[in-house]
Amino acid sequence: MSLLEVDALDVHYGAIHALHKVSLAVEEGEIVTLIGSNGAGKSTTLRALSGMVQSSGGTIVYGGRSIVGLRSDEIVRLGLAHAPEGRGIFGSLTVRENLELGAFSRRDGKVRSDLERMFERFPILQERAQQSAGTLSGGEQQMLAVARALMARPKLLLLDEPSLGLAPKIVQKIFAIVAEINRDGVTILLVEQNAHLALSVAHRAYVLETGEVKMAGSASELAASDEVRKAYLGVG
Amino acid sequence: MIPAAAQPISVTRALTRSLLPVAVGLGLGLGLGQVVPTGTYAEKILFDIGINIILAVSLNLVNGFTGQFSMGHAGFMALGAYASIVVTYYGGFALFGDVGCHLNAQGYGLYFTSLVVGGLVAAAAGYLVGLPSLRLRGDYLAIVTLGFGEIIRVVLQVSYAVVEPEEMATVDWWERPLHLGKSLGFVHQGAYNSLSWTYAAVVLTLLCAYRLRESTHGRAFLSVRENEIAAEAVGIDTTRYKVNAFVLAAFFAGVAGALFGHQLGTGTAARPEEFNFMKSFEAIIMVVLGGMGSISGAALAAVTLTLLTELLRSVQDYRMVSYALLLILVMILRPEGLFGTRELWHFLRRRRP
Repeated sequence: MSLLEVDALDVHYGAIHALHKVSLAVEEGEIVTLIGSNGAGKSTTLRALSGMVQSSGGTIVYGGRSIVGLRSDEIVRLGLAHAPEGRGIFGSLTVRENLELGAFSRRDGKVRSDLERMFERFPILQERAQQSAGTLSGGEQQMLAVARALMARPKLLLLDEPSLGLAPKIVQKIFAIVAEINRDGVTILLVEQNAHLALSVAHRAYVLETGEVKMAGSASELAASDEVRKAYLGVG
Repeated sequence: MIPAAAQPISVTRALTRSLLPVAVGLGLGLGLGQVVPTGTYAEKILFDIGINIILAVSLNLVNGFTGQFSMGHAGFMALGAYASIVVTYYGGFALFGDVGCHLNAQGYGLYFTSLVVGGLVAAAAGYLVGLPSLRLRGDYLAIVTLGFGEIIRVVLQVSYAVVEPEEMATVDWWERPLHLGKSLGFVHQGAYNSLSWTYAAVVLTLLCAYRLRESTHGRAFLSVRENEIAAEAVGIDTTRYKVNAFVLAAFFAGVAGALFGHQLGTGTAARPEEFNFMKSFEAIIMVVLGGMGSISGAALAAVTLTLLTELLRSVQDYRMVSYALLLILVMILRPEGLFGTRELWHFLRRRRP
């Protein structure tokens, strides 16, 4: 059984039909990516999964139970964390406070040791621990957003556009970290405009177009397909 | 913050850390009441300052911490004042057989009860107002609270005349809380309050606000202000936390009203007109001036603005004009308020980068 199974998911924003019968599955241990152009419904899919927007139809089964209609705080407690688009850090709180808030839903005693581990993985965050998060650079803020989501000890991490507005060198670094996190056992559902990069780290991918799943397959298959190459990779 | 389990400290240290400030603060608060002679000008000013500190610091929980905009703080203050007076006046009659001010253990017990009741009634109203309006984003809360404050004031104006002791027999006990003195205000309540009571409440309000901000819940409040979507993403039930902050703020406003309603020498303290929109507006100015989210900033702004009002009494017709100008200047020169989200001691010690 898959860790996440989405079947015929519909989302409406008022009169706008944003997602049209989207079905996808994520197996434990995978990196799955959703690629597609602006407005294809990638972020909306993630928001529906984490309970930030209500779906109007379809089923979402995570870890064997339906999570449709649960509040986002309940979903986080089930181990499904969302690092939202545009990083969404708490600007006037310190880096450390941001990370501690990431563990908000946890009531176990291992938060402190997890914090130390985050600082090992992201040394720059340790350096800046007492600094207001708003003073970090874009890349540092993205690392903070990822680290904060990891503080919830998620089984499944939803990552929305981690490359947004970052220099190519920083993007490489972020994606290396994504792969590393995955090797440590976190399943990742990655939304990304940079299809080339996303397909290079993912195991499988779905192509979204105007709210519908157009193609699905292994990352290498899709990277080799003519359609994807033409539309999203800018070659051919 | 780290949950307590991750941070084992000894019980004695935890107790001294949490109780010592309360003991010292209460000592100072109660002591102030003994030092300043009653019936003096200084007492009146200090009383006004105390009430305003509680109002500003509590409003700061909503407008500063969670970034919502409440404009009806005076309404909660009015509810607290009238509810507590009902307890000391009608409750006092049931207890003592007269409506006089009983400055003994029983009387003070009654007064303390009335303060708690005043706070709770205001908090309950805060829950009823906050639950629907805080589900929505943006300006809804401002509109709803503005209306709420005015409704409370108008309803108080159309209440019945206060039941005199000799008439008590003619009015059923359950009808008595409707007899609140019309637009003239409640005039016969006992003058139970003193600077000691006022500053004990000030100290408790400040400590609550401070401890709250340093707690997990306080961080959750701040995260709602900083970024609501991210707050949801880390698993914070944002509506619940907004309502919590709102209810807590209403509670303290209610206590401030209760103190205010029992102060001798402020004329007929509990008049509906005392709790008009200007009162809410003054509290907002204190929070904005002091810094949205700064506890000491709100308190200092309350002290400063209260003193300024006294000093500028000769030109008091222009008070609201000068407030408006002040607000505009703050918006232009220092939109985050004098202290921003920082506290006084952050400036005295190492500055946060």
